Amino acid sequence: MSDDAQKRPFPHRHSGHCESGAIGALLRDRCLDLSEPLWFGIGGGLFFLHTRLIKVGGLALTTYRVAPLAIVRNATRRLGISMRYERFRDPEVAGERLETLLAQGMSVGLQTCVYWLPYFPAAMRFQFNAHNLVAFAKDESGFWLSDPVFEDVVCCPPEALQRARFARGAFAPRGLLYYPEKIPAALDVASAIRAGIRSTCRHMLAIPVLPVGVRGIRVLARGIGRWPTRFGEAQARAEIGQVVRMQEEIGTGGAGFRFLFAAFLQEAASHLGTPVLSELSAEMTAIGDRWREFALIGAHICKGSRADLDAYQELAEILWQLARREEVLFRALKDAVPA
Amino acid sequence: MKINEVPQDESILEGLRRACYAQDDRGEYKVVASRGWEVERIVNTQATSALARALKEVLKEVRAGRLSPLAYHMASRQMDVPLLAANAKLCRWRVRRHLKPAVFARLSDALKARYAHALALSVADLSRTPGHTS
Repeated sequence: MSDDAQKRPFPHRHSGHCESGAIGALLRDRCLDLSEPLWFGIGGGLFFLHTRLIKVGGLALTTYRVAPLAIVRNATRRLGISMRYERFRDPEVAGERLETLLAQGMSVGLQTCVYWLPYFPAAMRFQFNAHNLVAFAKDESGFWLSDPVFEDVVCCPPEALQRARFARGAFAPRGLLYYPEKIPAALDVASAIRAGIRSTCRHMLAIPVLPVGVRGIRVLARGIGRWPTRFGEAQARAEIGQVVRMQEEIGTGGAGFRFLFAAFLQEAASHLGTPVLSELSAEMTAIGDRWREFALIGAHICKGSRADLDAYQELAEILWQLARREEVLFRALKDAVPA
Repeated sequence: MKINEVPQDESILEGLRRACYAQDDRGEYKVVASRGWEVERIVNTQATSALARALKEVLKEVRAGRLSPLAYHMASRQMDVPLLAANAKLCRWRVRRHLKPAVFARLSDALKARYAHALALSVADLSRTPGHTS
């Protein structure tokens, strides 16, 4: 029990996504201020995967982002920042370690399970183990957290935080805490941006066989029109609801991270002095707008206000177009940023 | 999406706001706080009511004596057998067995404490379900 760590001002910023927000806040607190889109893009956060082989709550897995913690690991590696990651067996030890670091005035990244965080709205508390946030102080009211998807800092009781850090199951955090150990004096942001863009292009275009990237969007397009006949109306609606939730309800900044990525391309254009990236950012925005239309029709199907088979065909049609447009975009992006 | 197109619908956020990326008049991306979007309310309600329906089904089974109270608490924590097994550090087949009322009734105090801890309940609450004590 240390009471010397009092709440202090923290450079909190409202973010679209937890992981890019958390790593951004950790480094802003250490006087390295990069925007969230830059962290997201350098970390190669954009992705697409749709597969029935992995189920979430009995429904096919769809994700618009890379695996948990990949953004933190890849962004820091590409910028030359060395990180320290600590996992724990014993919750008591983990709690003490966190308090020691906070007492030294450090801010620390944590991986948590959303379900056990009491400051979340009830409707958003799902069993999901890979939510990232930053702890920056502890006082008698509890741990002070900079949770990136919230507008302001929040306070969390110690028992709840401990439970959230030691929830088990898929992506179990095992008490994970992380912080930067060494930040190079001169950062090469431009080449980190290039590396991030190339990795995203690879993910979206060049991974063979697996239903990922542009091919993943086509797999979904092929499947979605058949869902009502294959699974029945109720199950088809639930499946569509899941796809739309992964796109809009969890923190994506809108349109399954497409707007966040468009913002990244916009910043990258000025960092690299490559104006064509601004044009690609505009196209990514238009693609994002189309994803929002997809979500809107999907929601109408879920609500039952559009129950005809045409609606499913319309969704499939939008996905085919999106796959085509994203393929063209990422090919152009790859050419614009040569290795 | 332009800043003035960012939806501000009544949603699931209980007055909180979510960060959206949208373009200002000059086409520059900014973070805009959104009160929510009808789309996310619809799909979230669909997911939460599926959970609520499942919980009601389980409760019916518990009352009928076909499932143990453990099944109810597992469902109310949005867990399935693999997740509860992981959180209680038990094999899945043991958890599955403990969902039977007869087996649950003979459960040792140590195992009950283990489940209670995994589910963030008191040991006494573990044997109770709403509107019924056993």
